[in-house]
Amino acid sequence: MEKKNFKNEITNFSNDMRSNILEMSLSAGSSSSHFGGALSIVEILSTLYVSQLKYDPKNPLWEGRDRFILSKGHACLAYYSALCQIGYVKFNDLLTFEKDDSDFLGHPVKNEKLGIEFSNGSLGMGLSLGIGVAYALKKKQLDNFVYVLIGDGECNEGSVWEAAMSAPNLKLDNLYAIIDRNNFQQTGSNSEIMNLDDLKLKWSSFGWHTDEIDGHDIESLTNYFDKSRNIKKPKALIANTIKGKGFSFSENNNDWHHKILTKSTYENALKETKKIK
Amino acid sequence: MIINERTIKSWSIIGPRATFGLAALELVKEHQNMMILTCDVSTSAGLDRFRKTYASNYLDLGIAEQNMIGVAAGLASENYNVVTTTFAPFQTIRCCEQIKVNFGYMKNKVCMVGLASGLILGNLGFTHCCIEDVGILRTIPNITIISPADSLETVKAFQAALKYDSSVYIRLTGGSNNPIVYDKDYNFEIGKSNILKNGSDVAIFSSGSVTSECLNAAKILDESNISCAVINMHTIKPFDKKTLEKYLNVKLIVSVEEHNVIGGLGSAISESLSTFENSPRQVFLGINDQYTKGGSYNFLKKKNGIDENNIISTIKNNFNER
Repeated sequence: MEKKNFKNEITNFSNDMRSNILEMSLSAGSSSSHFGGALSIVEILSTLYVSQLKYDPKNPLWEGRDRFILSKGHACLAYYSALCQIGYVKFNDLLTFEKDDSDFLGHPVKNEKLGIEFSNGSLGMGLSLGIGVAYALKKKQLDNFVYVLIGDGECNEGSVWEAAMSAPNLKLDNLYAIIDRNNFQQTGSNSEIMNLDDLKLKWSSFGWHTDEIDGHDIESLTNYFDKSRNIKKPKALIANTIKGKGFSFSENNNDWHHKILTKSTYENALKETKKIK
Repeated sequence: MIINERTIKSWSIIGPRATFGLAALELVKEHQNMMILTCDVSTSAGLDRFRKTYASNYLDLGIAEQNMIGVAAGLASENYNVVTTTFAPFQTIRCCEQIKVNFGYMKNKVCMVGLASGLILGNLGFTHCCIEDVGILRTIPNITIISPADSLETVKAFQAALKYDSSVYIRLTGGSNNPIVYDKDYNFEIGKSNILKNGSDVAIFSSGSVTSECLNAAKILDESNISCAVINMHTIKPFDKKTLEKYLNVKLIVSVEEHNVIGGLGSAISESLSTFENSPRQVFLGINDQYTKGGSYNFLKKKNGIDENNIISTIKNNFNER
């Protein structure tokens, strides 16, 4: 890829995502939303959509596209925001989030016209899907990549490790597993609920090329993807993140795993958004 | 596929699992985008030759069924015609939620083949028997369920499933020397049952390899002046209500299945039967919601009252009791 500096573009994309997340979360009202785990993946998604993923803004099913799977489906506030910003989804439709008959429920529901290629929400299933897709792309001799975003809490699921074992066996060097290492899960920290210990060691011992970086540092993220692309192994990235990143009230505060965003908190958050440049 | 007296006989001798493997060798020629996924059971599925001959159409994912279902869905989403297979309990219940989300909810189209379902592996215990698969899968929308009556119907079901537009579960029952129900080629259509024998007093609805026991029983009951129809409900879902409707005037409906009486064919029949006014009484033959001690196939069929003799006596008792 051209050594274009995407930093400003990715920063702006991230800021817009956070604004959209606020709008959707406010609109969800009393039905509440998974706020913290969406905010921890904002820079990962903005880096992917601005500088890495191949896609056609006019045709979500373009054959030459890369594939993205949000295995931690509850973080869909971030995903829907990104799909809006690349032109697949209208902003007003985002505001139907979790409303009756909406296309934008609290977990992604497959809708190819909107660029949502898979339904997710039941944890531990996305990587297997990604392996099937990556294997198919190899068979078709397409040089596209598959990116699967997994939660650290999600790594409690045994099926993640069934999948993790199989990808290196199948030599899927067109596959990325990005682990959002925000150190929390629904009811507490990872170490309180199910200690994951050394995730990097676990993934590398399963045969993945594994790196660990700051999942909010845009330069580290772009460098990582640019440099790892040609490594002949499936690639796992432990992205160290902050749950609730971007707002003082929600950072590392697990109350914001799933919570109602009130109008007053929204207004405070909006002021903080304006400061992020 | 060549279907004649010779192939029908040889498929019956080798049984439905090996027949499935042979059929795969032929059907891959028509469906070059076929991918068969297994979990370390290629020999049990009769796929040894397929694995060697069509290596690029075959994928072994090790003993990890949940992953296999997800990988199958990923391949199906890229327009591969995917078949998954392993022993029935592991093909269905072990990865039930993966089936729900990937095939039911997302509608990725895959053909699942459950090996050695029912009681055929009774000497290995009930970890390997499968009397729950139909009941569980029947509650998942967008999954078709077929239980072939013999080896030829296994081939017909497999052929049809590859061309069908939704996911299909093919439930293989019986073993080698599987009795022949169809001795010549016939018209097989998913969702449309076959009337194997006419009769006016009793209608026996069956699926899977116990269908041959039902046919034998019906012929003997005719001699006792109880006229029995036998209907092969090879497709359990979607349910063929139209054919059931033809038998509302019989005195007794009997469902015979190698499955728990809860949730399977008998339940599907009664769900439909109860929508008609003045419908006949139904007798449920199957496994009576219990895990018995194990044993041979014939021993377990007898123990659970789904062998020819027990079918005869149950029908006689219920018919005379009216």
